[in-house]
Amino acid sequence: MKKSFYYIILITATLALLNSCREDEVIYIKEVVPVTQPEYTSVEGFYLLNEGVMQHDLASLDYYNYATGEYERDVYTDANPTVVMELGDVGNDIGIYGSKMYMVINCSDKVEVVDKRTVKRIGQIDIPNCRYIKFYQGYAYVSSYVGPVVLEGEGNDEDVYQLGAVFKVDTTTLQVVDKCVVGRQPDELDIVDGKIYVANSGGYSQGAMIGYENTVSVIDIATFKEEERIPIAINLLGCKCDRRGILWVSSRGDYHGTPSMLYAYDTQKRRLVKSFDVRVSNMCLEGDSLYVISKEWSSLSQGYANGTYAIINTKTLEVVNEQFITDGTDSRIVQPYGIAVNPITKDIYVTDGLNFVQFGFLYCFGQDGVMKWRIRAGNIPAHFVFLGDNINEQ
Amino acid sequence: MLKKIAIALVALFSCFLGLQAQEANSVSQPQVHEIDTVQYLENVVVYGRKPYAEVIPAQTLAGKKLEGLNSHSIADAIRYFSGVQVKDYGGVGGIKTIDIRSMGTNHLGVFYDGIQLGNAQNGQIDLGKFSLDNIEEISLYNGQKSEIFQPARDFGSAGSVYIKTRRPKFAGNKNDNFNVTMRTGSFGLANPSVRWEHRFSRTLTMSLSAEYTYATGQYHFRYRKKFSDGTIAWDTTAVRKNGDVQAFRAEGAIFGTIEDGKWNAKFYYYDSERGIPGAIVNNVWMNSQRQWDRNFFAQGGWQKHLSDRFEMMLNAKYACDFMHYNNPDTTLMLVDNKFWQDEIYVSSANKYTIMPDWDVNLSVDYKWNYLNSTLINFSYPQRHTTLVALATARTWHRFKCQASLLYTMINDRYKTVYQGETLAHHSKWMHKFTPAVFMNYQPIARYDFYLRAFYKRIFRMPTFNDLFYTDMGNANLRPEYANQFDFGFWYQRLREDGFFTGLKFTADAYYNTITDKIIAVPSGRGQYRWTMMNIGKVRIIGVDVSARATMHMARDFNVDINLSYTYQKARDYSDPEDTGYGGTYKGQIAYIPWHSGSVVGRATWRDLDVNYSFIYVGERYSTSCNERAYHQQPWYTHDLSASYTFRMGSTKLKLSAEVNNLFNQYYDVIVNYPMPGRNYKLIVKFDF
Repeated sequence: MKKSFYYIILITATLALLNSCREDEVIYIKEVVPVTQPEYTSVEGFYLLNEGVMQHDLASLDYYNYATGEYERDVYTDANPTVVMELGDVGNDIGIYGSKMYMVINCSDKVEVVDKRTVKRIGQIDIPNCRYIKFYQGYAYVSSYVGPVVLEGEGNDEDVYQLGAVFKVDTTTLQVVDKCVVGRQPDELDIVDGKIYVANSGGYSQGAMIGYENTVSVIDIATFKEEERIPIAINLLGCKCDRRGILWVSSRGDYHGTPSMLYAYDTQKRRLVKSFDVRVSNMCLEGDSLYVISKEWSSLSQGYANGTYAIINTKTLEVVNEQFITDGTDSRIVQPYGIAVNPITKDIYVTDGLNFVQFGFLYCFGQDGVMKWRIRAGNIPAHFVFLGDNINEQ
Repeated sequence: MLKKIAIALVALFSCFLGLQAQEANSVSQPQVHEIDTVQYLENVVVYGRKPYAEVIPAQTLAGKKLEGLNSHSIADAIRYFSGVQVKDYGGVGGIKTIDIRSMGTNHLGVFYDGIQLGNAQNGQIDLGKFSLDNIEEISLYNGQKSEIFQPARDFGSAGSVYIKTRRPKFAGNKNDNFNVTMRTGSFGLANPSVRWEHRFSRTLTMSLSAEYTYATGQYHFRYRKKFSDGTIAWDTTAVRKNGDVQAFRAEGAIFGTIEDGKWNAKFYYYDSERGIPGAIVNNVWMNSQRQWDRNFFAQGGWQKHLSDRFEMMLNAKYACDFMHYNNPDTTLMLVDNKFWQDEIYVSSANKYTIMPDWDVNLSVDYKWNYLNSTLINFSYPQRHTTLVALATARTWHRFKCQASLLYTMINDRYKTVYQGETLAHHSKWMHKFTPAVFMNYQPIARYDFYLRAFYKRIFRMPTFNDLFYTDMGNANLRPEYANQFDFGFWYQRLREDGFFTGLKFTADAYYNTITDKIIAVPSGRGQYRWTMMNIGKVRIIGVDVSARATMHMARDFNVDINLSYTYQKARDYSDPEDTGYGGTYKGQIAYIPWHSGSVVGRATWRDLDVNYSFIYVGERYSTSCNERAYHQQPWYTHDLSASYTFRMGSTKLKLSAEVNNLFNQYYDVIVNYPMPGRNYKLIVKFDF
């Protein structure tokens, strides 16, 4: 009898052994991976912000160091191990201004501010549902989906929708000092001649009666008031201004019959100068070249279209290269997502988001369109910023 | 005597060690000893013949054993079965779905009093919504319930859970039973329920029950990370918010017996409102989305021996479900969507006994589903499903075999709006044949030792969401297939006296494949756009082991111990190119641990009943990319409960107290959905 109790105790003790399986969660220190030969130009490196799939709190920051030819993963957690819940959920944009680097963390409702070299945390700016950031004369301007809620119509025709806003942030105090209401769900913005241009998407209204937005909002910085809304096309996303004052605006289309498109709007002549029948999900402006990438799903054909990897000359407004990847690597890219071009060497960086739930790839192509190297980045690698003293870090 | 005990314990113990050595694994723990006498008599007396023994027995929790577990919902109880993973989003109101042998939630059929619960919209049955209050028995079958006399739909899932509500039983001349129960405890829980059972005559009984659940759903959770030297990097404790739930359930049933047969009819109504607590991420500690559900169904069945050789069963059901999802948070996309689902189902099963040891059965089912919604450009899908199952069961001495062939015919109708015009569509008629074979062999007549094996091929249809969800669905989806091969044995030994009154051991090894797995893939830039594609491929190798021992310790003092262990290697074979660091090829699929298991111990002494249960879920990854960013720590909880029953004549008062997660472990089942730490419950049950 006693013996049997003894055995039962033994079994219980064995169970207790199982308890030793759980370990403490350890913070991520950075992983340094050699990639290629060092390269010495005034571009020291670039940061790559990995979005991280929604709800997983997986946004992360990687750094590529040209002087060592090494790729460093998770530099943010390495520099800031004590930040609760790490960088956050869905990194949507990144920019450098002065000595600080700003990361727009969409679903964490904040802009994270760090030192651009050490990546040490300086502070955060709380802006709900923030999307993109640009800087101008000591201020940062952040587009956000959060503005006033508008009620329109009555009874069955009643429609409720939300306007967006551009937040003005003092870059020394990191305080929001003003905000300007714009169209619905504003995405990328750019600044030229004292004016902010914001691409309104209306993306939340895809299933609502009101439909998509189709305008770019223009804000006069001096008064910080919305001056006008320029109709371009539905569901706008990208908005980049070249050195001649041409605003390059991309439309996502409606995912049904209307495909994504690219538009050139002349901010001086104040008119649309050209539209391009080019599929575009992301673009990058470097010198007189606009690099455009895309790979779209069409719910009409129920399939993926071929990838787009095109270059447009912003001077002649012509597509000069319909396939800047020349070695066939494009067939390996599942979901082209982020793009950047080194301002000195003109090397092209394209990221592949793959299935969005695992680690994506970062590809590096030479000017000739031949792949130099590729490496796994974080979850949905997406947004770049170059670091260096004499370059336009934005 | 002592020597025998020692040998038996060593055997038990070594199987447990084997479990640690990661070899073994398990399937079934039917009621070996606790045959419910009332029900047994019912079967024998009413039908006058022995029910056909199942070729492959189920894992079952029933009666006092089920009552003793510290479980609020059916999902909590199912965690104790081997081969099962529960996806639990935490708290009283959180979604809890079941994944059986890594094949995915949509491959599991859930049957409530004999008829399958449907959700044509997303295919998932939230078992957290079904309380244990009125439940008598829960059984889990791998493959299918290995009985041939059943509706065609019962042949149509890769695994099935059968939930059986309480049947009225009357002692002596008593014609009414009443039960009043009150549960309260952590999370601001108030959970009263009542039940009335009445006997109209010897052949007609009924039961009515109602339950109300309220919980604030608030609990503390803690996240922390350390430096590699063990010092704390960050450590935060917060309160889980917006996890409140309010639910009302009413259920009524009427049971009749007729000459050589029986019939029943029932209704079920559930109405709830709950907060959706959401994921915890940096800088966001609270969410405000809400959901309302209203579920109603009425169903009935009739069964009769029309002749010595021919038996017939008819079933019918009507179900309507309403779901309302609302996001009031103006910083996010405002959402206010309503969905209505209807289902009509009729079934006829016909069994013919060719020879005493050879039965055949033909079942024909028809099912209609409809989904309506307030979404703009919605496709208002309808689905017509016809199922025909031909099955046979044969016994040769100690060898039993069952084979079935299921024919499925499906047609969907839906609408699309393109440039303002509404177009009506018809999907192609789909015809599929899927087989299953089950075998059982007893090598030596003297011993309760049985070898068993099965093969089954089945598919799950894409759900209405997969196919037609506005902007996301893909109408070209094909069915997702599951193939299962299983081989195992079970052994039991029962004794009238001695220390061990019963010993049971089961083990099964299995190999499953999932092909054309339906997976959400990105459909463009930005994370709001996904679509569904048939691109997944999974191979699963698993072992389920279970052991049970009942011990007679002293007079009136009995102990019952159950162990179960599961090993699963469930690997993603979707993309052979995706290898190396960060790749998914051959990675363990999302949320499937390699090792999991449970221990349930129950000790009874007269009217005192003490239960201890332990659940272990080993390390997992949240995607099939098995890198540190997706790594999930193992978790394990210890639950303890005790109850005492006071009796005064036919009146019983039972008091129970429970402590769950005794060692206050803070863990996530789903990443960023924190689970509660230590919590308590008090239950008062009054039967008269």
